[in-house]
Amino acid sequence: MPRPQENPKDGSSGSDALLGLSQEYKYGFRTEIEKESLPPGLSEETIRRASALRGEPDFLLDFRLKAFAKLQEMEPPSWGHLDRPEVDLQKIVYYSAPKKKQAHDSLESVDPELLETFEKLGIPLEEQKRLANVAVDAVFDSVSIYTSHKRKLMEQGILFCPISEAVREYPELVKEYLGSVVPIGDNYWAALNSAVFTDGSFVFVPPGIKCPMELSTYFRLNDREAGQFERTLIVAAEGASVSYLEGCTAPSYDSNQLHAAVVELVALDDADIKYSTVQNWFAGDRETGEGGVLNYVTKRALCRGRNSHVSWTQVETGSAITWKYPSCVLQGDGSRGEFYSVALTNGRMQADTGTKMVHVGKNTRSTIVSKGISADRSSNAYRGAVEVRRGAANARNYTQCDSMLAGPECSAHTFPYILSRNPTARLEHEASTSRLSEEQLFYLQSRGIDREAAIGAVVGGFCKDVFKELPGEFAAEARQLLAIKLEKSVG
Amino acid sequence: MSAQNSGAMLKIDDLHATLVSDGTEILKGLSLEIGRGEVHAIMGPNGSGKSTLSKVLAGHPAYAVSGGTIGFDGRRIEELGPTERARAGLFLSFQDPIEVPGLGNLDFLRLALDSRREAEGRSPVSDAEFAELVDGAMSLLKMDDRYRTRDLNSGFSGGEKKRNEIFQMAVLKPKLAILDEPDSGLDIDALRVVAEGINSVRSPERSILLITHYQRLLSEVKPDAIHVLAHGRIVKSGGPELALELERSGYDWIEGA
Repeated sequence: MPRPQENPKDGSSGSDALLGLSQEYKYGFRTEIEKESLPPGLSEETIRRASALRGEPDFLLDFRLKAFAKLQEMEPPSWGHLDRPEVDLQKIVYYSAPKKKQAHDSLESVDPELLETFEKLGIPLEEQKRLANVAVDAVFDSVSIYTSHKRKLMEQGILFCPISEAVREYPELVKEYLGSVVPIGDNYWAALNSAVFTDGSFVFVPPGIKCPMELSTYFRLNDREAGQFERTLIVAAEGASVSYLEGCTAPSYDSNQLHAAVVELVALDDADIKYSTVQNWFAGDRETGEGGVLNYVTKRALCRGRNSHVSWTQVETGSAITWKYPSCVLQGDGSRGEFYSVALTNGRMQADTGTKMVHVGKNTRSTIVSKGISADRSSNAYRGAVEVRRGAANARNYTQCDSMLAGPECSAHTFPYILSRNPTARLEHEASTSRLSEEQLFYLQSRGIDREAAIGAVVGGFCKDVFKELPGEFAAEARQLLAIKLEKSVG
Repeated sequence: MSAQNSGAMLKIDDLHATLVSDGTEILKGLSLEIGRGEVHAIMGPNGSGKSTLSKVLAGHPAYAVSGGTIGFDGRRIEELGPTERARAGLFLSFQDPIEVPGLGNLDFLRLALDSRREAEGRSPVSDAEFAELVDGAMSLLKMDDRYRTRDLNSGFSGGEKKRNEIFQMAVLKPKLAILDEPDSGLDIDALRVVAEGINSVRSPERSILLITHYQRLLSEVKPDAIHVLAHGRIVKSGGPELALELERSGYDWIEGA
C-alpha cells in the first residue's frame, strides 16, 4: 500500500530526526568532510598520540593506559545469544576528527559541511531553530561539534559540555567520577572504550538544582573505518534532577562499524536522573544482514545516595547487533532503579539486551519493563539479572518481560537471572509472548484505520508502559518509528 | 427485491473467492442485492461460506476475489483494501473480535472515527461530540463504565465482545453493516440488548447484512429478506417466513449439505 514518506522536518521539531523516521533507512548518507586521522590500529603508541592530539591531562592518559593494559588480558564476551562477527581492533581508526574541530562556542566556527549534515538529519543547531526546551550536544564521529543552550544552563551552575572539554575545564569532577561506576576492566568493550574513548557528553547538576530543560546528545557515526567510542558521564548531586536523551544514526555501509560506548550515571542523595535513548543505527542489509553497526554498549548507574532514583528508558530499533544492559547499582538506602525498554529487531538484526539491578542498600526498589518485538528473520533476547545482596533488607523488584513476534521466522528469547541473598526480599517476574497478526491489523483496518496507524496502535498498546516514560513528544514519534519499521514485516 | 441497480446499497454479482494460501474456492458464483434501508439475513449450514462472505466483503487479505464484482453504494470495491472499504462506509462486526492489550477501547474507537472523518475531509471529532456519541451508544447498549477504561476487547467475555462490536457500529454509523453471528454465545437478555442496538441504526439510508444461525435474533431484528447460503452460493431466497421454515426443517433439503 502506498504511504507518504516521512521527511525529517527542519525546524519545528528535532525529534523526527532524532528518531530517524523513515521506512527505508534514510540516514544512510555519508558526509564528505576534511578530517584529521591517525592510521588504523591500536597500540600504546596510538593511545598516547591520540591523547596528545586532544591535549588531554595526564590523569586521563593514565586512565587510558591502565585500561589498555586490562584490555590486553581480556576477550570479547561470548555469553550473549548472538552470532558475532570477529572484530579486528587493528583495522579500526581510533582518532578521526573534522579538521575544524573542538568545542565551538559559536556556530560560525563550525564547518558548514557539518552544519549541513545535522540540518539534513533535522537536528537544528542554529539559534533561531533550536528546540525550545532541549539543549543539544551534537557528536559527529565521536567529536562534539556544538552544544546549545550552554550559557543558559551555566547560570544555574549546570555543566553540560563535551567530555573532552570537561577533562580540561573540570578535571577534578571528571577524575572523581570517571570509571567510578564502570571500572576500566569491567568487560572487554568497556576496557576498549576506556582506552580509546573519543568524546561524549558530560553533565553535572549541582545540589538542589532541577535542570530546567531536556539535555540531549545526538550521535552521528559517519566515517567508515572509525569506531564510535563515546563516553558519557552524568552526575546529579544531592537533591538535583536531570532528564537526558540520546539519539543515534549512521550511514549505510556494507562493512560493520563498531560502536562501543560507556555511559556512567551517578546519583547522590535524593538525586534523580532520567536517561532516555532512541537508537536507530544502521542495521545492515535487510536480506543478507551485511553491514550495520555493532552496538556493544555498557551503561550503568550508581544510585550512591539515599533515596536516589535512576530511570533508564530505551527504544532500540537499529544496529546489526545490540549488546546492551543499562543497569543500576542501588547502593543508597531507599534508592530506586527503573528500566523501561522496547527493543525492535527486523531484517537480520540480533539483539541481546536487558538490565541488571543490584540491590545493595536497604529498602531498595527496582522495576523492569521489557518489550521485545521481533520480525522477519531477526533474533531478540531479553537478558536481565536481579541481584539482592545480603544487606539489602526489604528489597523489592518487579519484572515484566513481554515478547511480540511478527512473522514466522523470527525468534524471541528470555533469560532472567535472579539471585537473592536476603530472605526479606520480594521479587516478582511476569512474562508473556504474543503475536502481531494479520487478524489484528485487519480488525483495525476494517474500522477505517490505515495499515501503518493500525500497526502503530497495536504495537503502541504493547509498548504503552515504556512509551509513557519517554519525554514529551518522543512517545508519539517512537510509536510511529516502530510502525514504519514493522510495516513491511507483517504479513 | 426490486431496488434499482443505482439505488442498491450492495450488489454482488457472480462472486468467486478463493483462499490465498491454497487456492481453495469458497464462494462459487454468489449473487446478492441489498437495497437502501433494507435488512437481509443470511442463514445456512456450517461451512457454507457465510463467514467467508463477510470477510471477503470487508477485504480480508486471506481471500482473493477470482471472479465477479462487488458494488457498494454505486462503486466497485472488490479491488479496495479493508481501510478504504471501511472509509466508504462498510462495517464488519466480527464473530470473534480480536483483543489488543494496551490499546484503550475508546482510544481505538476515536482513532477509527477520526480516520473516517479525515478521509471525508472533516476535522477530528471534538471531545464534547465524541462524549455525546459514546454516552448515547453506551446507554442504548446498557454498557457499564468499565468499557471506557478497558483495553480493546482485552479480557472481555464472548458476550462483552459482541456488545462492543455493536457499540462500535452505533458510534461509527456505517452505511452497510455486515454482522457475522452477532447473537452467538449471548443469553436472552444480552440478545435483546444487541438486537436493540442493531435496530437503532436502521434507517432508510442504512442497510444491514445479518449472518445468523438462529431465528431467535430474526424475531427481534425483522429482516426484509432471508437468503440461504450453501456450497458458496445463494441457493434459496425468501421473506421472513423462510427463517421459521428453516428452523423446522433444517438444511437437509439442500443436496449434499
